[in-house]
Amino acid sequence: MSTIAHAQKRGFTGTIWEYLTTVDHKKIAILYLLAGGFFFIVGGIEAMMIRIQLAVPNNDFVSAGLFNEIITMHGTTMIFLAAMPLLFAFMNAVMPLQIGARDVAFPFVNALGFWLFFFGGVFLNLSWFLGGAPDAGWTSYASLSLASEGHGIDFYALGLQISGFGTLMGGINFLVTIINMRAPGMTYMRMPLFTWTTFVASALILFAFPPLTVGLFMLIFDRMFGSGFFDVAMGGNTIIWEHFFWIFGHPEVYILVLPAFGIFSEIFPTFARKRLFGYSSMVFATVLIGFLGFMVWAHHMFTTGLGPVANAIFAVATMAIAVPTGIKIFNWILTIWGGSIKFTVPMLYAVAFIPSFVMGGVTGVMQAAAPADYQFHDSYFIVAHFHYVIVGGIVLGLLGGAHFYWPLMFGTMLSEKLGKITFVLFLVGFHLTFFIQHFLGLMGMPRRVWTFLEGQGLATGNLISSIGAAFMALGIIVLLVNIVITQKKNIQVGRDPWEDGRTLEWAIPSPVPFYNFKQLPLVRGLDPFWIEKMEGKTDMTPAEPVGDIHMPNNSFVPFVISLGLFVAAFGAMYHADEGKDWAIPVLIIGMLITFGAMLYRSVKDDHGYHIHKEDLLDEAEGGTR
Amino acid sequence: MAAEQKFTPQTWPESPEQATLEGKNKFLGFWFFLGGETVLFASLFATYLALKDSVPSDTHAKAADLFELPLVFLMTMLLLTSSLTSVFAMYHMKNYSFKKMQQWLFITVVLGLGFLACEIYEFYHYYHAFEHKFTSSAFGSAFYTLVGFHGGHVVFGLSWIIALMIRNAKRGLNLYNAPKFYLASLYWHFIDVVWVFIFTVVYLMGMVG
Ligand code: HEM
Ligand SMILES: [Cu+2]
Repeated sequence: MSTIAHAQKRGFTGTIWEYLTTVDHKKIAILYLLAGGFFFIVGGIEAMMIRIQLAVPNNDFVSAGLFNEIITMHGTTMIFLAAMPLLFAFMNAVMPLQIGARDVAFPFVNALGFWLFFFGGVFLNLSWFLGGAPDAGWTSYASLSLASEGHGIDFYALGLQISGFGTLMGGINFLVTIINMRAPGMTYMRMPLFTWTTFVASALILFAFPPLTVGLFMLIFDRMFGSGFFDVAMGGNTIIWEHFFWIFGHPEVYILVLPAFGIFSEIFPTFARKRLFGYSSMVFATVLIGFLGFMVWAHHMFTTGLGPVANAIFAVATMAIAVPTGIKIFNWILTIWGGSIKFTVPMLYAVAFIPSFVMGGVTGVMQAAAPADYQFHDSYFIVAHFHYVIVGGIVLGLLGGAHFYWPLMFGTMLSEKLGKITFVLFLVGFHLTFFIQHFLGLMGMPRRVWTFLEGQGLATGNLISSIGAAFMALGIIVLLVNIVITQKKNIQVGRDPWEDGRTLEWAIPSPVPFYNFKQLPLVRGLDPFWIEKMEGKTDMTPAEPVGDIHMPNNSFVPFVISLGLFVAAFGAMYHADEGKDWAIPVLIIGMLITFGAMLYRSVKDDHGYHIHKEDLLDEAEGGTR
Repeated sequence: MAAEQKFTPQTWPESPEQATLEGKNKFLGFWFFLGGETVLFASLFATYLALKDSVPSDTHAKAADLFELPLVFLMTMLLLTSSLTSVFAMYHMKNYSFKKMQQWLFITVVLGLGFLACEIYEFYHYYHAFEHKFTSSAFGSAFYTLVGFHGGHVVFGLSWIIALMIRNAKRGLNLYNAPKFYLASLYWHFIDVVWVFIFTVVYLMGMVG
C-alpha cells in the first residue's frame, strides 16, 4: 500500500496520471484553478473583441452574427466556466483546512464534479470549431434560442447541463463536509466566514440548479427531440423558460458573490489584525441574503408583463436584500477601523472592493424600482450594474483571494510589487470601462448592440470604455507574468507567510501534507490559530494522539463517467440531422460508458488505505517544517 | 479492514447505515440530494400545471379524455406496496438477517417491474388510441416529461437495487454495504412519494377536469 514517500517521486506522465485520477481536495483545487483560469482568459479575449468592435462608431471588426456569438459565449463562459470554478478552487483549497478536516466528505464525488464541469466547458467551447457558437445571449430566452439556426444553442444547452451536474455535486459535497467533518471544538459559530459563505452558497446551488436543469432539459427536448414546451404553436409558453432561468439565475449571482464576500471577510481581519467586526451579524446577513435570494427572480422580468402586483412584490423583496448587504459593508468598514493595517496586495483588493461593490448595489436598488426599470432594462445601464457587482465584487475577490491563498496552494508567494501593478491597472481599467456605461445606457444605448452610429453622442463614452478594457487586460497579463516568475523561482515561504494568519489553514505545515492534519486540532474559539498565538504558542493543541489515518484511493472512474456524457452529448445533438445515422449509436454508447462506469464504481469495493502511525512518526523525525 | 469486519446479530450496531463516518456522510449527502430532486420534480410539476391541456387544436386529447382510474390505481397500489416491502427489507437489514432482506428486496423489485410494465402499457395506449404524443402538443411534452422522469427514476432505482443484491449475494452484510442498501431503499421511498403527487396532481385532478 501507499506510503508517504511513495506519494512524492513521479515523472511527468506520472504527474499527469496523478491529476487525472486524484481525489485530493488540494489537487482538485489546482485543477479548478487551472481550468477556471483558462476559461477566464478565453472569456477575457471575447470581452476584448466586444470592446474593439464597440470602440468606434460603425465598426465592422466582427460581423453582427459573430458579435452575437461572442457576447453569448463571453457571458456564459465567465459565469459558468470561469467565476464558478475559480471560486470552487478556493473552496476546495481552503474550506476543508479551515474546519480542520482531512478531506471533503466525498473525495470521489469531488473529482467527478470537476471532470463534469471540465467536459461540459470543453463541449460548450467546441461550438466555435463545429459550426458556430450559441448566439441567444447567456440568458438564452426561448423565443430567440428556438429560432437560432445551426447547433450553437444545442452546445449551450448540453454543455451547461453537463457542467451543471458537476456543480450540483460540488454543492452537496461541501454541505456534508461542513456539517460532518469539523474538527473537535469547531462549532458552527466558530466557523470562519469563508466556510460560512461556502456553506450558504452550496445550499443555494442545491436548490437553484435543479430548476436550471429542468429548463435546460426542456430546451434540449424542444430543439432536439421535437417537444413543444416553449413553442406557442404547439400550446407551449416561452415565459416558462424565463422563470426557470431566473429562479436559477438570481440565486446564481449570490452563489458567486457570497464566497467572494467570504474571501474578503478573511482578508480584512488578517491585515487589519483585528477580529472580524460583528461576526454573528455577518453570519446572519449571509444566511438572510441566501434566503432572500430566492424571492426576487422576477426583477429580471419586470418588463415581461407579469402585472403591477407581481412587479410591486418583487420590487420590494429586491430592495430588502440591500439591508443584509449593507450590514456586511458596515461590518467590514468597522473591521478596518482602528486596526493596525498592512496594505498587502490582498488588502488592496479588499479595500477597493467596498466602494466598487457599493456602486453596483446602488444601481441594483435603482433597478429594483420597477417603473424606473422600464427605462434601464436592456440598456447599457444594466451592463454597468452587473459588471460593477460581478467585477467589483467577484473578480476583485478572486484576484485578492488568488494572492492571499497562493502560498497555501503552492507554497510560494506572488510578487507584491507586480501584484500592486496588476491591482492599479485592473482597478483603474475597471472603473474606466464600466462607470461610463451607466451614462451610455441612460442616453439610450441598448444592451447587446453590435454597433452604433456617429452623431448619437455615444462615441466618446464607448471609446473610453474600450480604453479601460485594455488596462484590465494589461493588468491580467502582468498577473500571468507574476505567476510564471514566482513559480520559476519557486521560493518556498513556509507556513503562515502573511505572519498574521488567524484560522486553521495557516497553522499547518507548508506545503500542506497530503493528509492535511497529522492530529486533528482542538479549536478553542473563533480564529483558533490567533488564540494560540496570543498565548505564546506556535502550534495548535492536538485533539487526538497520533494514529492511523484513513485515506481514499485515487480513481480514474470520475473521468470516464464524465467522458461518457461528453460523448453522448454529440449523439443527442446530431441525431436529428440529415444523414447522420451514427448519432443515435453514439448517444447510446456514451450513456453506456457513463452508466457502466457508475455500475463499476458501485460493485467494485474501494476501501481506501491507511497511513500508519509509525510512518507518520518517522516522518516527524525526518523533520518537517 | 474495519469495513469488512464480520458481525453477528448481537454485535451488529443499532443504525448500521450510520455506524461509520462514510456511512454518516452518505446518509446526509443523500438527503441533500433528495432535496435537490424535490426541487427538480417541483419544477416539472409547475411546468405540467402551466401546460396542462394546452394543445394546438381541439382534435387533440386532453387530460379528462385520457386518464382512467383502474389502471393508475393498480399502479399506485403496486408502488405503495413495494415501498412497504422495502421497509421490511430494511427492518431485516437492521436485524442482520441478510437472507430475509434479500427476499423482501426481491419482492420489491418484482412489484416495481409490475409498475413499470403498467406504465409502458399506459404510454403505449395513449400513443396509439389517442395520438397523445411527446411531440404532438405542449401538454403531451409536459405529461411525458413529468411522468417519464419518474419512470426513469423507477428504472434507475430498480437497476440499483438489483445490482446491490447480486453484488452482495455471496458475502452478506457489513458496514460497507449496509449504507448502500439503506440509501437505495431511501431512494425507492422518494420515488414512491413523488408518485403519490403524480397520482393526485396529474391523474385525479386530471379526471375531474
Ligand atoms: C443589492 C443588490 C442587488 C440588487 C438590488 C440588484 C438588482 C438587479 C435588478 C433589478 C436587475 C434587473 C435589471 C434589468 O434587467 O432590467 C439586475 C440585473 C442583474 N444583476 Fe443585480 N442586483 C443586486 C446585486 C447583484 C449581484 C450581487 C450580482 C452578481 C454578483 C448581480 C448580477 C446581476 C446580473 C448578472 C444582472 C443582469 C442579468 C441579465 O439580464 O443578463 N446583481 N440586478
Ligand atoms: Cu437578480
